[in-house]
Amino acid sequence: MQSLSEIDTTSKRASKAAGFSWGIAEEIGKAIRSLELFGLPGVINLNLYLKKIKEKHPKKVNKIEKENKNKELCPIYSGVAILDQCKEIEILKTIKLYNVNYPLLILPFASKASEILGKKILIEFNKSSYLINFNKSILSKNTEKQIDVLANEISIEFLENKNLFSDQEWKELYKMSEETFVEESASLKEKGAGAGLTDND
Amino acid sequence: MIKPNIKFRDPNEVMKLSRLGSFHQSKLSFLRSFIREFKDWNYKKNSFSLDKNGYGTAVYSFNKNEKNYSLVCFAQHISPNERSDRVIATKWDAAFVLHDGVPTKEDIKRLKDNVPKQEVGRVSYKELTLSRANKSVRAFDHVVQSLSAGKQPDKKLLNKVGYLYRTTAVYGSGKFGLADRFRIKDRKEIYGPFRLEMMLVYLVRQFTFDQVNHIAKSKNPSKGVELDPKIARNLGIGNSTGLGMAPFIVNHPTLLHNWIYSREKALKEIRSIEKVNIRDLNIFKDCLKKSKVSINSWLTDSKYQNNKINSLKSDLVEFDKYLEKEASTKKKYFWNEMYIWSEKNLEEECLEYIVSMMMEPYDSIIDPLINNMSSEEDEYFTIPTYKKVSDLKKILENNYKAIIKIDFNKKDSNHNFWFISKNKEEPRVANRYEEHGAELEQPLAIARDIKKLYEKVNKVSQKITIAEFLLNNDDVRHVVRRAFIVDQFPYSEIQDNTISASLVPIDMLRLKLSFFGAVKFDPRSDKWLRINMYQGAPLPHEMKNSNDTWVYNTFN
Repeated sequence: MQSLSEIDTTSKRASKAAGFSWGIAEEIGKAIRSLELFGLPGVINLNLYLKKIKEKHPKKVNKIEKENKNKELCPIYSGVAILDQCKEIEILKTIKLYNVNYPLLILPFASKASEILGKKILIEFNKSSYLINFNKSILSKNTEKQIDVLANEISIEFLENKNLFSDQEWKELYKMSEETFVEESASLKEKGAGAGLTDND
Repeated sequence: MIKPNIKFRDPNEVMKLSRLGSFHQSKLSFLRSFIREFKDWNYKKNSFSLDKNGYGTAVYSFNKNEKNYSLVCFAQHISPNERSDRVIATKWDAAFVLHDGVPTKEDIKRLKDNVPKQEVGRVSYKELTLSRANKSVRAFDHVVQSLSAGKQPDKKLLNKVGYLYRTTAVYGSGKFGLADRFRIKDRKEIYGPFRLEMMLVYLVRQFTFDQVNHIAKSKNPSKGVELDPKIARNLGIGNSTGLGMAPFIVNHPTLLHNWIYSREKALKEIRSIEKVNIRDLNIFKDCLKKSKVSINSWLTDSKYQNNKINSLKSDLVEFDKYLEKEASTKKKYFWNEMYIWSEKNLEEECLEYIVSMMMEPYDSIIDPLINNMSSEEDEYFTIPTYKKVSDLKKILENNYKAIIKIDFNKKDSNHNFWFISKNKEEPRVANRYEEHGAELEQPLAIARDIKKLYEKVNKVSQKITIAEFLLNNDDVRHVVRRAFIVDQFPYSEIQDNTISASLVPIDMLRLKLSFFGAVKFDPRSDKWLRINMYQGAPLPHEMKNSNDTWVYNTFN
């Protein structure tokens, strides 16, 4: 099998050959490496996309807005723009991108953004969804296809940090954890810690 | 005496190529830190199945506490016209792989089918480093002949060569299917950089001794003798190194910083010692004295290197006079005084030699630095795009002072281009005005691209964010990333023009090789050189009781 280092280097060089700048190609190398590390088909999608654009290089993406419409959007330029502008676009809560080629290629850039922002990000397109967890993992749902050539609409939602459990569930668990504590007697209160019993001196 | 204000040396001086190309091995070098780390591991020759000509398979290992690293060696016959020390060769006298754990029979079979093919073979995540080597035929044949006749070889001849085998590449970190660094980086015994590459080379050295003994004994079972361990100890492993190493130091800025920073931190701490004790002064003097034996036997046909060696020799005469007259443990901050004198009176070659020597007495300063010489490079990859262009401009002006003054409209400033050759996927450098291929230039012209970035930065509003700047300037994205790295890691950037007409590429090679711990730099042109590794090192059965100053034990 290919090592992640080989995947990184070859993806970078191939992307440069397909017309991206060295700086963007470096980002692509790391992105494909991270997709493969998460068990997602990065090499397959990049290979197909680079072949598609070899003759006609895609248009660059400018400022990311709430709604991003174009005849065709490049997943690389879109991904890099999302990464670069993540602190500004986070306040939009949800953004939409239309007509994105090989949409899977956006995921690693959003994944890095999730780490920077300290927020989970939910990405949905073509009935599939991906929950991106701080660049530590990507949980996917309904992803039978390895390749999506086009997403008519991609929704990217920056999720607020909140618990996945109820207060009641937490209370129950906490109560059980208390069973590891020792009930303090008067003697233990006096001898078991360093501070005085009063703080009035 | 008032405590002197000792600062880190200025990156604008230290990171010049002429200075980096004057670095020498030191106590920080990876060969030496490998032996310090592995000296209490158990060494074993697990199997040695060679025919009478020395062809076959052998396995060596280091193990400790259930951990095991195995070197698998494959030796074969090659004809003289197939023996080349260029990286473009396709066949070698021997090929080697370091396997993680104990290889099974299936592993050995798989490796036998692939390892001798090197770049066109495939190895797996169970393998860590990969290499190959050719015999130094004149030395190897002479040793076989002598030993099989019951005699020890001619030391003079061996002194000239210094090794029996020469490697031409040592690969690691995911190349050709090898294990990625992330799989092994948390193992404490390999915290120091290139430790598994150093292990491979060390065990290869032992294989060369075992092979030569085996062939001699097979040739003449009744009379054949083994190589005297004293002679063996004085032999290392040669290495031919070309331009492949040069891009490495450009492509790994935080790693480069950590190497140089460790050296600079050691120097600063040593200069800050108020009272130099007699024991430490004597260690310094003793290492310096012994090291001169090695300098006097440093042979090369290179005019460039001979000039440097002559400058080193004559400066050392002056330094000895200074030391004789001024060295005293009664003086406060003597190391600092000695360093300041050296900086004023010695050329770069000798100054950096003295810096290396100053580290010798100080295990307590050097040892903690070793584990910080690796780098988690991915942590510094992301560009802080929320910062302003004014921040970037300040970084460029502070960290690239000399570079932003270079005029790249001059032909000589823009003379070379770096490229990857199609036939062997190796880095090369060529004259852009005479050769084709400049349109496929690699992003290694950092000085030129930084200058371009600086010009662009001066043309836009200083208030916009880096994210906004990059929307229209992604052609300089790679150097924007570097600028933010150099802001945190001041020794991460070579402060010179790597495409100028006056570039001496072997300076870049020597920098890296000095950190490996190589000696006897022997440039064969401005683009490749030969070196020696582990000359004087303890043999495996001597490691446990070895002294870290083995590098000065050579008798040639």
